[in-house]
Amino acid sequence: MLKPPYAEKDISGCAVVGIMNISGNNFGSEKIVNAIKCMRDRSNGLGGGFAAYGIYPEHKDLYAFHMMYLDTNRRYDAEDFLKKKFNIAASERIPTAKVNSISESPVLWRYFLSVENKPPLMSEEDFVVQTVIYINANIDGAFVASSGKNMGVFKGVGYPEDIARFYKLQDYEAYIWLSHGRFPTNTVGWWGGAHPFNILDWSVVHNGELSSYGTNARYLEMYGYKCELMTDTEVVAYTMDLLMRRHKLPLNLVAKVIAAPLWKEIDNLEPKERRILTRLRQTYSSLLLNGPFSFIIANQDQMIGITDRIRLRPLIYASNKDMFYISTEEAAIRTIESDLKNIKIPRGGEPVVAQLLTSDIRHQTSSSREGATN
Amino acid sequence: MKKKLKAYKIKANGLHFKELNNLIKKAVNDGHNSLNIVGVIGQRYIGTGLNKKIKINIKGTAGADLGAFMDGPNIVLKGNAQDAVGNTMNSGSITVHGSASDVCGIAARSGRIFIKGNVGYRAGIHMKEYQDFKPTLIIGGEAYDFLGEYMAGGILAVLNLNSKEQYLPSTYIGTGMHGGVIYIRGNVHQSQLGQEVSSLKLDSKDEELLYPRLKEFANTFKLDFDKIIKERFIKLLPLSHRPYGRLYAY
Repeated sequence: MLKPPYAEKDISGCAVVGIMNISGNNFGSEKIVNAIKCMRDRSNGLGGGFAAYGIYPEHKDLYAFHMMYLDTNRRYDAEDFLKKKFNIAASERIPTAKVNSISESPVLWRYFLSVENKPPLMSEEDFVVQTVIYINANIDGAFVASSGKNMGVFKGVGYPEDIARFYKLQDYEAYIWLSHGRFPTNTVGWWGGAHPFNILDWSVVHNGELSSYGTNARYLEMYGYKCELMTDTEVVAYTMDLLMRRHKLPLNLVAKVIAAPLWKEIDNLEPKERRILTRLRQTYSSLLLNGPFSFIIANQDQMIGITDRIRLRPLIYASNKDMFYISTEEAAIRTIESDLKNIKIPRGGEPVVAQLLTSDIRHQTSSSREGATN
Repeated sequence: MKKKLKAYKIKANGLHFKELNNLIKKAVNDGHNSLNIVGVIGQRYIGTGLNKKIKINIKGTAGADLGAFMDGPNIVLKGNAQDAVGNTMNSGSITVHGSASDVCGIAARSGRIFIKGNVGYRAGIHMKEYQDFKPTLIIGGEAYDFLGEYMAGGILAVLNLNSKEQYLPSTYIGTGMHGGVIYIRGNVHQSQLGQEVSSLKLDSKDEELLYPRLKEFANTFKLDFDKIIKERFIKLLPLSHRPYGRLYAY
């Protein structure tokens, strides 16, 4: 059956990996598939997925909606709704292949959209976010897997390397690839609950669990984000959109919100920094992401790796020329890049960032503009 | 069984960890006492549960739980290790010529682990000892936060050999520690320590305990022992053997 829940509760694991070419040169899916496959034992077949940036150059200025429908009638419902809000420049069934281990899947379509019917004072991005939330919450059996420009999320129930074959990822090229192998902990394994989670350009893969999910979700709801996908990681995508796009916080401060330093550490800081961090914790106490996590987060311009403040989940990173790697395990990177000298461990709560060399100012953070900064 | 002198070679490329560990067990049961395993790429549990004094040479990146629960083998890894090196090991040795990731030496009961490079978070977490069974974990490079967390016994030394900084780049050192001893080459600020430990100077008994182990470490990696001990060391001891004894007792 396609409707959740159809998986038993299981114990922890999960694998995350991200690969970025910081010059913006596209490369095939082979590296990311081999990397995530190396960590197969961390997942259990109840979720696998990929995010790929740079895959739709012919439609790069249009919002690419990847949709999941539980049956074809849901598609008609959703398309009626989309037609009222957008100009649909192109739409098609997402190409898939028959894979033995994946016995059933939702109806999968993609649309390339330009905004047509938005309220005059609303930004285009806010309008898209509102649309996504409306579809997930109100059109029964229809879910948005991704909604960014020139990117897409390909995910489902299965091992990640099987999901890659299912979506024919060998036919795509991207300059950022994220992948996730899932071992569901407290939530169900279903197609919409696989990682990555996405809103606009933001995609997130996550190893860990967020005990603060309820608090985070209630706070985000005040800003119009409704969590409908029954997996804790959904709040991370919306948190990034709220803090970085709407509230325009630089990444180093976003890190201090989601992985806030302990009060004891804040008390020992210089007065100016202490004041900033105290206010951040007070203002955004409901966006502190509590519990063990390592995330890889991407948008058009950057790939970010971060763990919880006391590093209760593993994460390592490395770079070689203009390639940047972030992964749960070192072996996953070594398997695709055997000659890597400098593999590093990020400190708890401190983001590592791979920055597109040609990126515009839109997502610029206060950290250095160099390609690979810690 | 007749002993076989020549090292038995296993190619790990493309093998699942179960296949690899079955090959290792079979080779040991067949009487091989020296194994060369090449092409390791993330396979877990290598050498787990083996209870013979055999030699296992590994090339590659060893997966999590290298030498977990083992009781006797000598493992030498040319490459890096991932999480949980020597998990609950009982005896034997693990020598890593690269670095290791988090929770290195977790819950080790005895034996020795030498890491030439750096380690991640929580090295030496909950190492323990009983009578003459004392695990030793020596780290040549740096160690990150929560070093020796909940440590209940054993000897943990961090040499910080590759850094110009005198102070370790870590905090919460010895949080929850209630047994054993941590030696640090260089120094730590009080603010880097957990509440359960205090920093002391070494005495002659410490030298008796530490120096033979450091000599072995220096010989293993061809380092200069005299140069290592030229720098000052400090030791961290737990303030109490039951730091949380009163926490839940009213």
